[in-house]
Amino acid sequence: MNAIEVDNLTKLFDDFTAVDHLDFKVKNGEIFGFLGPNGAGKTTTVRMLTGIIKPDLGQVSIMGHDIRQDPIRAKQIMGVVPELSNAYTELTAWNNLQFMAELYGVPGKDARQRAEELLGKFDLYERKDHKVRTFSKGMKQKLILAMSLMNDPEILFLDEPTSGLDVMSARLIKDMVFELNKEGKTIFLTTHYMEEANQLCSRVAIINHGKIAAIDAPEKLKMRIGGLEWVEVSFDMPVDASDFSDLSGVIDVRMSGDKLRLYTNEPGRTIYQLVDYSRSNDLEIVMLNTLTPTLEDVFIKLTEEME
Amino acid sequence: MIDQLKRACAIAKKDIRIYYLKGPVVIFGILFPVFLFLAFVIGRDLPVDFLIAGLLSMTIFFTSMSITPVIAPTETQTRNLERLAAAPVSITTVLMGDMLASVLFGIGISLVPIIVGMAIGVTVEHPFILAAGIVLAAFCFSAMGLIFSSTPTSMTSTVMMISTMVKFPLVFISGIFIPIRELPQWGQVLASVSPLTYITDLCRYSFQGTNYYPIWMDIAALVIFLVIFMTAAVKFHEKSLPKRL
Repeated sequence: MNAIEVDNLTKLFDDFTAVDHLDFKVKNGEIFGFLGPNGAGKTTTVRMLTGIIKPDLGQVSIMGHDIRQDPIRAKQIMGVVPELSNAYTELTAWNNLQFMAELYGVPGKDARQRAEELLGKFDLYERKDHKVRTFSKGMKQKLILAMSLMNDPEILFLDEPTSGLDVMSARLIKDMVFELNKEGKTIFLTTHYMEEANQLCSRVAIINHGKIAAIDAPEKLKMRIGGLEWVEVSFDMPVDASDFSDLSGVIDVRMSGDKLRLYTNEPGRTIYQLVDYSRSNDLEIVMLNTLTPTLEDVFIKLTEEME
Repeated sequence: MIDQLKRACAIAKKDIRIYYLKGPVVIFGILFPVFLFLAFVIGRDLPVDFLIAGLLSMTIFFTSMSITPVIAPTETQTRNLERLAAAPVSITTVLMGDMLASVLFGIGISLVPIIVGMAIGVTVEHPFILAAGIVLAAFCFSAMGLIFSSTPTSMTSTVMMISTMVKFPLVFISGIFIPIRELPQWGQVLASVSPLTYITDLCRYSFQGTNYYPIWMDIAALVIFLVIFMTAAVKFHEKSLPKRL
């Protein structure tokens, strides 16, 4: 069974189509990335998938439960970390977790056990009786993730979970996402961080202007944009970039600081030619790297194509 | 149904912890009706049981409506609303929770004028009618407060201004300071459209044994107002929620 099935999902705000007839499926147990520039319709889509706002058209099924017909059951099996949400700052971390347990109908004994477990995992146990207003941003975000896990959800929606966090907190959350996925949970991850999506997601969808530009595994998406491999080289002496434009297989040459970037569809051949060039000009190669397109390159190319 | 009721209780518990159990809120809940009341009765020769009945109805009115209008705007501002909206609870459940907290606060504070009245020799002739009236009125006024909280704003001051513009005129047309039978014809018609009139009448009956409307009519009117206010609050909140996010 698919964890999430989206069919013809559409949302209008007056005359503006924020989400335009989306169709996609998220498989059970996968980490699905949802990428797009600001204003692309990501958060509106997530809000419709989580039953926070109603779509104008289309259907959303969460583990077989229609979000419009059966919202309580659908919401019962999901955990949500909304983009701009906050914990109740006037309550303690413990009370926030217990409140979530009560909202999701988790029995008292299980709720206490789960709260202790989650506070331990997120390194917040020592602060459990402190009011959340005394927490740092990283601690708050960890608590918000813990709150979304109080009902032991089958599907977890994370909207920009590491946005604005320090490296350690972001890493802890990414590790938790991996761990939760290993436990069998389906993760729907919205993020601006391409590297994060590349590391975590088994498939990603790229959305722009409310429409899906592409859905596939990150590596397959990278393969779609051929001709974007490049060789980066740096010599011990300055060189003229125009010397390299006639090399066989080289499509484009750009200077990037003290490095020369040669876009090529024959990286091996280009490396041989660079070595020949350094020998014949009595130059030493300081650095040589071959680079393949990143998810960011794919993202920029696809979103530019839709402009 | 029972599940949703339990979840409404969880929301009420959260509201009490965050919004009601604050010294200034409790003190304001007690002092505000007292000062307003004193401003209008000092210098007038009125029986003490008449005064206590009026003070009690005004206390229920102001305390039950004191916090409900600002919960939704506050939670919009503090960004807690989206989390509630994502939880497996209906809008009716969220509003029921907000209402329950307000009812408990209203009932709790309304005990103060009763105790004060009894301390100065006022007797409650019909305690069961009084208890039923207080509970019903607390529900009714809390639901009325929920209508104001549906204003799609995160500015609590806007909501407070709107609710104050409605609350104060109601106090003057509801027979608190002048008995309804002494009002002119148009005043009596105006009084009949205010829910505060019916709890004031019930309080007078409970303390003095005198009433303007039949008791069944007072209770029925409060029930009808409660149903209207709650239905309207749910509809308005359903409409305004997406605009708050």
